[in-house]
Amino acid sequence: MSKPVNVGDACTGCGVCVTACPFGAITIVGGRAQIGDACRVCGACEPACPMKAITIKKSDDQQGFAEWRGVLVYAEQREGRVHPVAYELLGKGRELASTLGEPVYAVVAGYGLDKAADELVKRGADKVIVYDHPTLATYRDDPYSQLLAEVVRGLKPSIFLIGATSIGRTLGPRVAAKLRTGLTADCTSLDIDPQMKVLLQTRPAYGGNIMATIYTQNSRPQMATVRYKVMTEAKADPTHRGEIIKKTVDPAKLQDRVRVLGFEAAKEQVSIVDADVVVSGGKGLGEPKGFELIQQLATALGGAVGASRPTVDEGWIEYRHQVGLSGRTVRPKLYVACGISGAVQHQAGMKTSDVIISINKDKEAPICRISTLAAVGDLYEVVPRLIEKIKESKAGGKP
Amino acid sequence: MTAGLNIVICIKQVPETTEVEFDKETGRLKREGVAAVINPFDEYAIETGLRLREKHGGVVKAISMGPPMAEQALRDAIAMGCDEGWLVSDRVFGGADTWATSLTLAKSIQLTGPHDIIICGLKTTDGDTGQTGPEMAEHLGEPCISYVSQIGDVKDGKITLKRNLDDGVETLEAPLPLIITVSKDVGQPRLATLRGRLVAKKAVIKTITNKEMGMNPKELGLDGSYTRVTKIFTPEPHAGGEVIEGTPNQLAEVIFQKLKEAKIV
Repeated sequence: MSKPVNVGDACTGCGVCVTACPFGAITIVGGRAQIGDACRVCGACEPACPMKAITIKKSDDQQGFAEWRGVLVYAEQREGRVHPVAYELLGKGRELASTLGEPVYAVVAGYGLDKAADELVKRGADKVIVYDHPTLATYRDDPYSQLLAEVVRGLKPSIFLIGATSIGRTLGPRVAAKLRTGLTADCTSLDIDPQMKVLLQTRPAYGGNIMATIYTQNSRPQMATVRYKVMTEAKADPTHRGEIIKKTVDPAKLQDRVRVLGFEAAKEQVSIVDADVVVSGGKGLGEPKGFELIQQLATALGGAVGASRPTVDEGWIEYRHQVGLSGRTVRPKLYVACGISGAVQHQAGMKTSDVIISINKDKEAPICRISTLAAVGDLYEVVPRLIEKIKESKAGGKP
Repeated sequence: MTAGLNIVICIKQVPETTEVEFDKETGRLKREGVAAVINPFDEYAIETGLRLREKHGGVVKAISMGPPMAEQALRDAIAMGCDEGWLVSDRVFGGADTWATSLTLAKSIQLTGPHDIIICGLKTTDGDTGQTGPEMAEHLGEPCISYVSQIGDVKDGKITLKRNLDDGVETLEAPLPLIITVSKDVGQPRLATLRGRLVAKKAVIKTITNKEMGMNPKELGLDGSYTRVTKIFTPEPHAGGEVIEGTPNQLAEVIFQKLKEAKIV
């Protein structure tokens, strides 16, 4: 099976491509570049070749997708309330759709969705497909993925975006596999390639140490799950008009193998993802009890408690507090990192916070380089004084 | 139900560290000298499988798709307590995205015999997608439950379990056979025992190539993938601000002023 990378007769075996290849897939054999099995068709060699001997066969049938138009956004909801990631996707979706000169669609499934549908129109959807039925009141992979696949087959959107929430990350692959198309997980950036008009899907890999840009070839729609709190929300515009299409739902035709027996809501009032202020603790706390101080500061600031991965791995605090690539991404107004060195993986989960304050003994720690303000000191000495000042100002502010 | 469960664990061999070095001049990933281990999330899948076997009896098969060197990951899985190791390896499988990987794995699992439950880790530390499990479910026509945090009863061909969602924990009941992906909450993976290591050393790892699967090579590996990587780069570091030193009180005061400036307090 030949790779789409072709080495032409102009090749002099100079070896420039060998070093250009990120995957070490190219070797010089008999004075000529040979593309090996490790090749991922990343395209790095093509521009690197000084002889222009390397050509990559671009997917030839992108043109065959002319009937696939528009950006479809999945609007996740619980009890009729749309998850804010859907508004972020509508914001990004509008941008992509404008570049392409195509419409924006939303699809929502659940029960009691009139308000949700109206809101999706205000947030920019030109057409909202609604599956509103008591049987859909609780999310289940089987019926939801079946309905989404049905919508895509009818609507034929060129792009289909799903929020990379817990539900989105399990629903997305089910839908993509049903549709026999590609899916890029957990994207943090989306763009349209100006020449090819394809969706460039950029995502972190290797724990955030590298970024990869991916596109969908030979299939449509181009599907991606997109990380929450990365794109900018579409603001509600009451003057925006869109069509709401209510679909009939026949429970007898829905595949439905998994029964939901119960749901226990998380105890925290505010999850770290939604909090305006997140105060996080790391290994610098020295012991699990250190999180009591973190909690006190979080309470004083009306925020939630976050944690670095090592503290979670050590069992100092539950996983749901974990910020970072293998935990949650947060984008609060204020992020306070206490005793966190700030590995790239942690940064991947918090670096888009508006204001970052770190308190750390080591001024060489990576966290200091990305902090709006990095205080070099002992958190056990600084934090209690800070809490005092906050409490004093509150007491002073409300006599 | 017949005695015991047929349990399949999907594992992947990954670099021990995700801090892959990236040569900025050549733009090449430096992978030489980085040890390869079982994907840490998959160890939780193995643990889940072993606990199920302890409770219900049966067989735990570890299966891995990868280059021939992935055999070591399967031996490590056997050292932890898995009964069998299956290596899915063929040059035509190379360069697969999650679609092609899940298809190849689904087809090869069918070659290992009947199964009651397939267990995957939450995601891998290299690819970070978490998509292979749910996509495999579609290929096999079985239900899938992701982010499982706790396994409950298995009886009358059904399983109850809990799974983590963003805003709480769901309790579910599903028919066997099915696919689950497990979170770290299922329980700390056990370490390999000395005896396990001896068994693993002698174990025969069975290999599945496309000869056994008989698939059209166009459906496999890079050719069978719908996604293509077009660019790889290092993320931009976040631009920082000021670094301050001083007494604890001074530091607290500067931070407090910053909070006021940002209208937090």
